[in-house]
Amino acid sequence: MFLINCPYCGERDQSEFSCGGEAHIVRPKQPTELSDDQWAEYLFMRKNIKGVQFERWNHVHGCRKWFNMVRDTSNDKIHAIYKMGEKPPVE
Amino acid sequence: MTKYRVNKTKYIDQTKTVSFNFDGKSYHGFEGDTLASALLSNGVHLVGRSFKYHRPRGIVSSGCEEPNAICQINEDTDLTEPNVRATEIELYEGLKASSQNCWPSVNFDIGGINNFISPFIPAGFYYKTFMWPKSFWKKIYEPLIRMSAGLGKSPTKPDPELYDHKHVHCDVLIIGGGISGIIASKIAAKNNLKTMLIEDKNVLGGSTIFQKNENYKINNKYSSEWIEEEIAELKKLDNLTIKTRTSLAAYHSYNYLLAKENISDHLPLDKKNGGIRHRLWKIRADKVIVATGAIERPLVFNNNDRPGIMLSNSVKKYLDFYGVSCGFNNAIFTNNDSAYETAVSLKEKGISVKLIDIRKKSNSKIVKNAENLGVKIYWNSTVVNTFGHRKINSIEIMNLSEDGSNVVGDKSRINCDCLAVSGGWTPMVHLHTQSGGKLDFREIDQTFIPNEIDKNHINVGSCNGDFELEDIIKNTNNKIKNFLKVSESDFDSCSVIDSKEFDKRNIWLLPNYISEGKCKSFIDFQNDSTAKDIKLALREGFKSIEHVKRYTTTGMATDQGKLSNMHALGIIADTAGVKMGTLGTTTFRPPFTPLTFGAIVGRSVGKFFDVIRKTSIHEWHIQNGAKFENVGQWKRPWYYPINNETLHDAVQRESKAARDSAGILDASTLGKIDIQGTDASEFLNRVYTNAWSKLGIGKCRYGLMLNEDGMVYDDGVTTRLGENHYLMTTTTGGAANVLSKLEDYLQTEWPELDVYLTSVTDHYSTASICGPNSKKILTKIFPDKDFNDDAFPHMSYQNAKINGINCRIMRISFTGELSYEINIDSKYGMSLWEKCIEAGKEFKITPYGTETMHLLRAEKGFIIVGQDTDGTMTPIDLQMDWIVSKKKYDFIGKRSLYRSDTIREDRKQLVGLLTDDPNEVLEEGAQIVSDINKKPIEMIGHVTSSYFSPNLNKSIALAVVKGGKKMNGQKLIVPMENKNINVTVSNFIFLDKENKRINA
Ligand SMILES: [Zn+2]
Repeated sequence: MFLINCPYCGERDQSEFSCGGEAHIVRPKQPTELSDDQWAEYLFMRKNIKGVQFERWNHVHGCRKWFNMVRDTSNDKIHAIYKMGEKPPVE
Repeated sequence: MTKYRVNKTKYIDQTKTVSFNFDGKSYHGFEGDTLASALLSNGVHLVGRSFKYHRPRGIVSSGCEEPNAICQINEDTDLTEPNVRATEIELYEGLKASSQNCWPSVNFDIGGINNFISPFIPAGFYYKTFMWPKSFWKKIYEPLIRMSAGLGKSPTKPDPELYDHKHVHCDVLIIGGGISGIIASKIAAKNNLKTMLIEDKNVLGGSTIFQKNENYKINNKYSSEWIEEEIAELKKLDNLTIKTRTSLAAYHSYNYLLAKENISDHLPLDKKNGGIRHRLWKIRADKVIVATGAIERPLVFNNNDRPGIMLSNSVKKYLDFYGVSCGFNNAIFTNNDSAYETAVSLKEKGISVKLIDIRKKSNSKIVKNAENLGVKIYWNSTVVNTFGHRKINSIEIMNLSEDGSNVVGDKSRINCDCLAVSGGWTPMVHLHTQSGGKLDFREIDQTFIPNEIDKNHINVGSCNGDFELEDIIKNTNNKIKNFLKVSESDFDSCSVIDSKEFDKRNIWLLPNYISEGKCKSFIDFQNDSTAKDIKLALREGFKSIEHVKRYTTTGMATDQGKLSNMHALGIIADTAGVKMGTLGTTTFRPPFTPLTFGAIVGRSVGKFFDVIRKTSIHEWHIQNGAKFENVGQWKRPWYYPINNETLHDAVQRESKAARDSAGILDASTLGKIDIQGTDASEFLNRVYTNAWSKLGIGKCRYGLMLNEDGMVYDDGVTTRLGENHYLMTTTTGGAANVLSKLEDYLQTEWPELDVYLTSVTDHYSTASICGPNSKKILTKIFPDKDFNDDAFPHMSYQNAKINGINCRIMRISFTGELSYEINIDSKYGMSLWEKCIEAGKEFKITPYGTETMHLLRAEKGFIIVGQDTDGTMTPIDLQMDWIVSKKKYDFIGKRSLYRSDTIREDRKQLVGLLTDDPNEVLEEGAQIVSDINKKPIEMIGHVTSSYFSPNLNKSIALAVVKGGKKMNGQKLIVPMENKNINVTVSNFIFLDKENKRINA
């Protein structure tokens, strides 16, 4: 149960949040131009890293805002939290 | 006073007698006793039988590590509890306990036979033997094992007790109220930090509280006296909360911890008063100090499991804390100095004691102390055998060879009635590793100690590998000051006298003159695994400690190997010739000690198990006899039986009334999302499959929402209330998820859109009136309104007022009938409903529930998302191509609609099914086949909705069938348990294909 520092609300218990999977996967602007394989790459393929991973999180039982998190999945250490649209911190 | 109660102590009130019952016999103890100390004071050592061999077993320890004294408490009451450790339960008047693993009785039991056939029950015996024949497993092996295993009985009645949860935040949490925990608490609290100290016993002070020996002094006082004064001071500190009888269950990441406080387990049954039994503390601490101490190790030698063989420090605790002598002719078998404290304490009270030490010498002060008192010490010696059936009566010892790998010389026999054993100490690192901490191996005393990196968590005292009194005080003081970044401490100038231990020797499996195969050297007492079993597992090729553990079941009993894990590791390392530090440990998982289910669920039981959502019209439904069904958290009227009608009869009546005259449905539970913003139309274009830009203000439109994978996700009618204002409805169950999904796209993919979403589900109540007479009813309610089809056409909405209250009327239909939905502020939901009922009286308006609603829409072939779809259906599969815009460049899921998989023609597709016998109603979920003779039978689809339609006077069903689109008129079979039902594929619109009724 980690503590998450919501960029809008401050530190809250993990139970208020839900994880939305890997971050920085941009929805293609022109899906119809894509081949099946290219679309499948966007739709299905996720890295699922053991180690430092960029993730989307939602303060679902709070302000309902989405934001990004850099988390080490092997020990749950949160390295950074930043708002949607902001540049990810360089590793 | 019984003859074993030899000593008066502060912690036992010998003026207050407590009577209790153990295995059907009555005994007396005193207030302050545990069940174990009270039994020992009555000379009772034998408390159970071992798991596999049913060997007699006695009390071993005085704490949570106890492997043998496992009891069933208060059997035959609804408060009965299995697996209670006698060493942990505080004695109370009327306590009834029975030993658990000893059917039919502790003194004679059938399983004892296993002891004689034990050569045939090696490691993995159960896996190897009970594998075949397969038919024997259920009828013979399993019941046999279960009966003789005796793992206690769970209560059969509902738990009458209350349990509580409490959340707490603190600056510093200290786990363990022994000497280092007390030092840490005092430093933290005196430096103005909000501090919490938890201790699982009811008395603070750990083992220091009964350490009264010349060789251990702090500031010139006995360490026990010194700590008593410290505790008294501690209790005066304002910002310190002390929770005794509270055991830490789990240490999660980010310093989130769970602790169970025992509030009434130590009270007599008639004094519990229906109060709270356990409280689960959910603690978020800024900093955590673990001071959980160490557990004494047993030694592994032949027949080391007889009743009367106990841990040395426990023998001392029973004597100096409880005033109970475990024997009058004691032998102590040790590899370290700590056992000499026990010897000195016994000798000082005039009780006979001898020492057998595997070391060649030790010149420490405490050893000198024992020698000066005249205690006989057998150096460089080991116990090779023990004797006595129900209790130990003698031991055999021999000298060790120079390197300790063998025994030499002659055996000599020593009589004793108690053998205290000490194999050194194991730091309790469970919490450290639970929190994610790693361990280092320390060669000198063969211990795993915490390797600290976390800046918000440290370990102090013996759980950190400090075993000498001076080290504990000095190191704890320095570490805590650094950790808390404070300078204030009362312990800087403590003067400490202690006895340092310099001579160490450790042998994991003591050698014997008896061949290894004939020795019973137990490692795990509770699961009856021996050194021989471990060696067999290694010979059979098991290498990983995790595999050896499971194969031999070592460390897998309810004590989780607190006494056995280190020895198992040591023996594996020695046998395999590897360094113990390289083996790693098994994983320590929470809870540290067992936790009741009650404590875990707290108050979330019965009606508090989940949230119940009711509409503002709920009371009316109850008064009118509605039966309810759960839809998500909502309670929805299912049907309204009249005069003991069955579900079927009520639904037939309700659905006929809705088509013949008028029906009314409480539709308040449908999800409602208010959408506003200059890009609202564009937003709807992107989330629905159909086009929205051209929808006029005041119009309604049905929309279908997909997932990005092209599968149908939700549906509902959305109304354009204004230029930049829409009201979206969703399915009852999908409302929250739809809102989340839309928010996700808005915030993360399309932040440039000017759109705002607000959930207004609970803001409005909805009465849905349908049927040919609905227009007349509406006219009565809203006399000023023109309900002509031209003025108020299908799929449009208008504002209106009832008694001055604003409401919205949508002319939309989910039944195929002429139909209106009235939305009003929830406060007025009930009065609106009552007004509708009143106005509809002359038309016999009939309230109907979800079951009738489902039937009516099925007659019209309208799908229910979640019933006719299951997350694998595209709109094309549902034959809803008409709602998928060809013109729109993009919408959620569009690209997926022409992936190679979604364009397959043999996908399951929505069809209607008519049974050849019109009275036969199919079962929802039933499988559909085309060829019953081809083996294996291929299942080509399943029934999703099925009803008997009173309006069509026949059975109708919706189904999804592979390639169903092209199967119209084809005969299929629905095989059931006792018959095959013949069906014909049909159009799925069964009634009013021309859509005439909505304008009736
Ligand atoms: Zn927030």
